[in-house]
Amino acid sequence: MTEPTTARPSLARWLPLLVVAALGALLAAGVWMSRNPGRDALPSALIDRPAPEFSLPLLHEPGRMVTGQELRGAPYLLNVWGSWCPECRVEHPVLTRFAETKRVRVIGYNLKDEHGEALRWLEQFGNPYWMVLVDPDGRAAIDWGIYGAPETFLVDANGVVRWKHVGTITDAIIRDELLPALDAVERIPTEQSL
Amino acid sequence: MLPELGQVALVLALLVALLQAVLPLVGAHRGVAPWMAVARPAAYAQLALVAIAYGLLTHAFITQDFSVGYVAQHSNTLLPMVYRITAVWGSHEGSLLLWTLVIALWTAAVARFSRSLPATVIARVLGVMGVVAAGFLAFLIFTSNPFARLLPAAIEGRDLNPLLQDPGMIIHPPMLYFGYVGFAVSFAFAIAALLDGRIDARWLRWTRPWTNIAWAFLTLGIALGSWWAYYELGWGGWWFWDPVENASFMPWLAGAALIHSQAVTEKRGSFRSWTLLLAIATFSLSLLGAFLVRSGVLTSVHSFAADPSRGLFILVFLGLVIGGSLLLYALRAPSTLDDGKPFSPASRETLLLANNLLLVTACAMVLIGTLYPLLADALGLGKISVGPPYFALMFILLMAPLVLLVPFGALTRWQREQASRPLAMLAPWLVVALIAGAAAFFLAPQGPWKVAAGIFGAVWVAGGTLRFVWSRLRANGRFTPEMAGMILAHLGIAVFLVGALLTEGLNRQREVAVAPGNQVTLGDYRFRFDGVEKVQGPNFLADRGTVTVFDGEQRIAVMHPEKRAYAAGGQVMTEAALIPGVTRDLYVALGEPLGDGAWALRVHVKPFVRWIWAGALLMMLGGFVTATDRRFRKPLTPATESTR
Repeated sequence: MTEPTTARPSLARWLPLLVVAALGALLAAGVWMSRNPGRDALPSALIDRPAPEFSLPLLHEPGRMVTGQELRGAPYLLNVWGSWCPECRVEHPVLTRFAETKRVRVIGYNLKDEHGEALRWLEQFGNPYWMVLVDPDGRAAIDWGIYGAPETFLVDANGVVRWKHVGTITDAIIRDELLPALDAVERIPTEQSL
Repeated sequence: MLPELGQVALVLALLVALLQAVLPLVGAHRGVAPWMAVARPAAYAQLALVAIAYGLLTHAFITQDFSVGYVAQHSNTLLPMVYRITAVWGSHEGSLLLWTLVIALWTAAVARFSRSLPATVIARVLGVMGVVAAGFLAFLIFTSNPFARLLPAAIEGRDLNPLLQDPGMIIHPPMLYFGYVGFAVSFAFAIAALLDGRIDARWLRWTRPWTNIAWAFLTLGIALGSWWAYYELGWGGWWFWDPVENASFMPWLAGAALIHSQAVTEKRGSFRSWTLLLAIATFSLSLLGAFLVRSGVLTSVHSFAADPSRGLFILVFLGLVIGGSLLLYALRAPSTLDDGKPFSPASRETLLLANNLLLVTACAMVLIGTLYPLLADALGLGKISVGPPYFALMFILLMAPLVLLVPFGALTRWQREQASRPLAMLAPWLVVALIAGAAAFFLAPQGPWKVAAGIFGAVWVAGGTLRFVWSRLRANGRFTPEMAGMILAHLGIAVFLVGALLTEGLNRQREVAVAPGNQVTLGDYRFRFDGVEKVQGPNFLADRGTVTVFDGEQRIAVMHPEKRAYAAGGQVMTEAALIPGVTRDLYVALGEPLGDGAWALRVHVKPFVRWIWAGALLMMLGGFVTATDRRFRKPLTPATESTR
């Protein structure tokens, strides 16, 4: 910001314009990125690639660590949420109704949250999750390319990410995107030989 | 037929706005009086046309004309009448129409209450407002037509987002828009001054009430939004540092700085360039807010559906308006060195400079935090979110010195002051505030630091402000509305500090599973859960809980928290039940059913939470009261007449 009593007004007076030009470039980049419909749907090269390796504690059993390997064998839906996230509250009933269909395991991914707050949140709004992983500082979230909450990933039985959604899940998204993706995922044979 | 008429009215309004933008500006430049004279009638005509369009869209909502796409998407035959009227601004297209209506209202008001200004100045001010109006009308017509037909017509509409079916939400957006758009007046004035090459303190005096009124509306709008989030989102928070909240908060901070710098420039002639720049910046931030909400660049609860073509349109408009203004500023701003009367480091000017730097830095901090995720994304650094911890910490660091300085402002003389004089006046209050803060620290049952800081800050600001009142009473007992407004707004800060910090420090909450007959105790209060029944609302089916509250043995209230399932959208909304109080709110929200009549229940006792909004209302009142000062409406002196 410009100093009102600066000694060299001739330069200083151009400063706001330069700041705004930089800002404008940034916003233009933002608009450019939002033109790409894939920005929210499938960012990064994660789609159709193996899900990142992780080892995260459980919300309800902080002593126990769960890894990606352990979750293989059946598809799962990973839903990123936090008690600090207002949108999560909006999507929660939709997700709960979907989880009740038992179509697929719905796993919670509690991002950058306080332990007590997260537990309270689930107590108030209900816990639709098969299990809840905890990532308090968001470090593992970087590998997943998680931008914020809510975000939802569909991972197939072989641990490959097949679908991603940024933002709240709605009934329309479940019907038009998630269920078709799930149909496709369920046709994939499991490579794991038991 | 009628929706097409609305469309025609909008196109005509755009043409009139273009006329209003071009002719008076060129006329003022060349000194052609008849061209300048176009400005006023054009302003009134624009208001009439936009009002017709707005009325017709409202009519389509009231008569449930589902052949209009926008109506079909945001209304429903079950929607109660009052929400049909407010559904007009329930989403992007209609709210943009409301925005253009508000511009037209402000423009007409400027046209009406500007008799005392020289003809060239008023022609330029109205011309610049015409440019802004034309931009928004073009945006509306070309990218977001609210009258677009849906063929074949829908038989039933979708529904208004249930979150928006609420009294607080009815008046929140219009108040915000009155604030945002109101800053266009001081912006237009700044541009007129730059075009003219002179800043006359008398014209500046004329703009001050407009800035104050716009800021007061914005304060009210933000407070309503916060209040709405508090009881409608169902978990008792009152500010979330959401990108869209930030979008309204940035112009508020810049506007608060502008109010103070305009006072300095008007009274002392100092900070001229700064005041002009701040006027440009404040309105630019309002436009930026519109961009952030409507472009889909940032994701947020409140934002409208993303549409890149809209984003691009506003961005280009933003670039033209802001870039053009700042280019003009760079070329024409007066030299900052030799204007105004000199002042020493210990003076009111210095304090107001500090006020401005702190407010503007806070504003920049919010801007950086809001846009940082976007920057990181654009540079390929990955997607990062900046959470409330960053904002809360930075904001407290920047506002703490401001709170400490507030009482000095009014007590310090212009130009030169013995630093010891205001210090001596305030020393007793500092002691009182420190004692009160320390007492609060040891008495607080929890959160002692927050409580102590809140009490100290509130006593210090309120005491310092009352010290000023006392000085005035002893001097001559006269208070101009300007002073009264300042006193109210500063007391508002004190009240807000109590609300914000005591709520954060002393909030108690419990989430419990309860069966009918079970009780929850929280502090002095006992909540008895009496069960849940089904209740049919106009367009929803609700689970309505009954909770009886006891204070000791005395029954004080029965509360009815609800969970509503809206028929059309299938969305479930939590309606918390509240018992408001001066020193505490009782807040009960219904969670999930747990079977056998048992429910999850969330119970809060929130001390002093009302003070947050009471403080904001006092600040708003301060803005309005200041604007009534007669001094701003005095006819200009003959000296100005001769400059025509």
